[in-house]
Amino acid sequence: MKRVVVAAALASLATAPLWVGGTYYVNIASQILIAAIFALGINVLVGYAGLVTLGHAGLFGIAAYAGARLMNHGHGHVVVAAGALAVTLVGAAVFAALALRGEGLGFVMITVALGQIVWGVAYRWISITNGDNGISVSGRPSPLGLSLASAANFYWATFVVFLAAVASMAIFVASPFGASVRGTRDQPRRMNALGYHVWMIRFLAFLFSGFWSGVAGLLYIYYNQFVGPQVVALTASAEALLMVISGGAATLLGPIAGAMLVVIVKNVASAYIERWNFVLGAIFVAIVVFMPEGLVPGTVRRWRGAMAALRPRAAPAAPAPGGGGR
Amino acid sequence: MDMSLTLVLAVNSLTLGGLLFLLSAGFSLIFGLMKIPNLTHGSFFMLGGYVAASLIGWGVDFWSAALLSGLLVAAFGGIVERLILRRLAGAELAQVLVTLGLSFMVADVCLTVWTGDPIRIDTPSALRGATSVLGVAFPAYRLAIGVIAVLFAAALWALLDQTRLGAMIRAGVDDPAMARVVGIRVSRLFTLVFCLGAWLAGFAGVIGGPILSVYPGLDQEMLPLALVVVILGGSGSLLGSLVGSFIVGFLYNFGQALFPELAYVVLFLPMLVVLVLRPQGLFGRQAG
Amino acid sequence: MRNLDKSFGGLCVTAAVSLSVEPGERRLIIGPNGAGKTTLFNLITGELSPDRGAITLFDRDITRVPSHRRFHLGIARTYQIITLFQGETLLRNVTLSLLGLSRLRWNPFVRLGRQEGLLARAHETLARVALDHLAERPLAQTSYGERRRVEIAMALAQNPRILLLDEPFAGLSIEERRDVRRLVTGIPRDVTIVMIEHDMDVALDFAERITVLHFGEVVVEGTRAEVVAHPRTKEIYLGE
Repeated sequence: MKRVVVAAALASLATAPLWVGGTYYVNIASQILIAAIFALGINVLVGYAGLVTLGHAGLFGIAAYAGARLMNHGHGHVVVAAGALAVTLVGAAVFAALALRGEGLGFVMITVALGQIVWGVAYRWISITNGDNGISVSGRPSPLGLSLASAANFYWATFVVFLAAVASMAIFVASPFGASVRGTRDQPRRMNALGYHVWMIRFLAFLFSGFWSGVAGLLYIYYNQFVGPQVVALTASAEALLMVISGGAATLLGPIAGAMLVVIVKNVASAYIERWNFVLGAIFVAIVVFMPEGLVPGTVRRWRGAMAALRPRAAPAAPAPGGGGR
Repeated sequence: MDMSLTLVLAVNSLTLGGLLFLLSAGFSLIFGLMKIPNLTHGSFFMLGGYVAASLIGWGVDFWSAALLSGLLVAAFGGIVERLILRRLAGAELAQVLVTLGLSFMVADVCLTVWTGDPIRIDTPSALRGATSVLGVAFPAYRLAIGVIAVLFAAALWALLDQTRLGAMIRAGVDDPAMARVVGIRVSRLFTLVFCLGAWLAGFAGVIGGPILSVYPGLDQEMLPLALVVVILGGSGSLLGSLVGSFIVGFLYNFGQALFPELAYVVLFLPMLVVLVLRPQGLFGRQAG
Repeated sequence: MRNLDKSFGGLCVTAAVSLSVEPGERRLIIGPNGAGKTTLFNLITGELSPDRGAITLFDRDITRVPSHRRFHLGIARTYQIITLFQGETLLRNVTLSLLGLSRLRWNPFVRLGRQEGLLARAHETLARVALDHLAERPLAQTSYGERRRVEIAMALAQNPRILLLDEPFAGLSIEERRDVRRLVTGIPRDVTIVMIEHDMDVALDFAERITVLHFGEVVVEGTRAEVVAHPRTKEIYLGE
């Protein structure tokens, strides 16, 4: 059942430009994918490592700004991508080293501080970031000679990157390292006692998370052809965090669902409803009340409940399996 | 920088510090006692200001409006706590999601009811103009805010340190499970503390009105500052909130004036430094 | 040959505690609540840093060795409150413990579920404590006694040279205690065991040598017979 759903979802995503109806909507779809990649990256920390972050927009922004500046210096796209991601990884390493000094709320607040510092630089250090006016670029890469100028082509390129992100997450989750990360989330003391280097595990998870935030930032600058300080604002980090939580942290599909929810409400609903912030907030509150574990796990749970209720009553329940060795 | 500018900035810092104390003391209590990161706190502040503006418009005097506004915000907070937050004990992520969601909703409701134009609240007539302290003229109202903040700090300290209620709160902060065993009605206590925190925030929003005005986005500007204060000072510590508030007030005002390019960096860098060196904040307890 | 040597002018919780345990020994540490027994364990494992003093393991000074690395040197421990992975199966719990000492734990590419060798060893470990039939049962659905046995199995799975057991009998029923005691006494002599217990009756016949802690100090130390007969021991326990 699950495979059918996933396959159908992938198929519809892959063919989106053909059925969404218009360039505007194809662009929204691209935005959803970019947001999804960003959210997936954040979920590595929030969902799997148990470390809440409100500063990842800083890393997203570092990639976007670095990419923009490299592009405007005339570098080829390979250099742009490699350079932007390298800078972002360095940023992530710095963020991680500082944030891991704190626990719980301390960790969150250090990420807030770091994000705000990046925002402060983006807003005020005009010589590097052009401040409020932002940086414009022109041009998208042409991988294998294919132009990405059209909305549909850009969408498909983004979709390929998105698939890579999802695949990397799936591999990570199933791997021994992924199990280590989840272990540090659940019982850090026990993990230490089992011989795991908890700090290093978290640090590496942060780098992995930062990498995908950087990829999302890079895609963003190619998509938008412009980057400004609002990309790095606290609200951007908060929105991304909300995508992860509302969709379901520590799941593969959750961040994707959350990204879809937020982007659609922001862009599409806002065309019809003036007070769409209220709607978004109300949806979040509703999710917490009815599906606190998130949209994806909540929906799965209700679906299973519905299926179980529909199944015909079996014979009286068999006795529960006996307890161990008594 | 000349002397008079320094004095002006100093007074403004004290004022902002005072407002921040009222705002963050509530947040710190709520987070310290209930472990809830109440991200709706900025909304309480803004809501207090808006409601008071309307009350004053209908003829209520400034101070009554401030008290009443606080009460209404407290009531709203109480409803939120009882209906929603109570069921989410320990579910940190859900708390973040719901309090942020509520803040979105409150922000839009305020936008609908009061529109997008900033609303000025007039300084109460008794405190208009300047007073002379040691031969120097200071705006009376700004000084008054500083005094009010200190008075509240003293009152809160007395509450926590000297009363039975305060002892229960402190017990709840230190060891909630034990507190329950000893018979402390923890859930009632929680609601009470949450309402108290909300009242403080709403009240602060009103008395901050003459200085900051009330406008959309005020909630999002004040909340990070309150968070910085709580982190700097250490959550659950009243002294920490007091000291932290004034530090942030000074950093914010002097930072803006001296380094306009690095305004935010000046604010967050010290916080970063403190956190890196002393993760529990200046006065916080060592992480358990 | 020296096994483990500690002398701390430690925190105010332990004062100038010196402890020396021989390889293969069965040492019991007892004392009233708050005497500093668990703190002692935390100092040995590195979860706590001593203010003064040194820790030696098999002639090697490990005072400066980071906590998680000490477990690679042959230490394993259990906790007073069982802190295992509630959401995972017994098999996964044990697998995590086996993974802790293996290079594989850093690998982000292979599938954990396909590591046949590791999984086989995990099954073996569970079989050692007669719990293999519950391998796929989530931990949350097992009894406290079963969890305690899993915890000890996980510690043994790492082939430790010294095993620190912190109140392993706490909270267990009579039958469960019997099972755990059988498990512990069955551990071969190449593993040194240091056990903390609060309840004298339960652990007494296990111990060869006993150290009595009170208010963070060693007050009595010696063979079982010596300690049981010692007047101060009776004072501490009768006075309770």
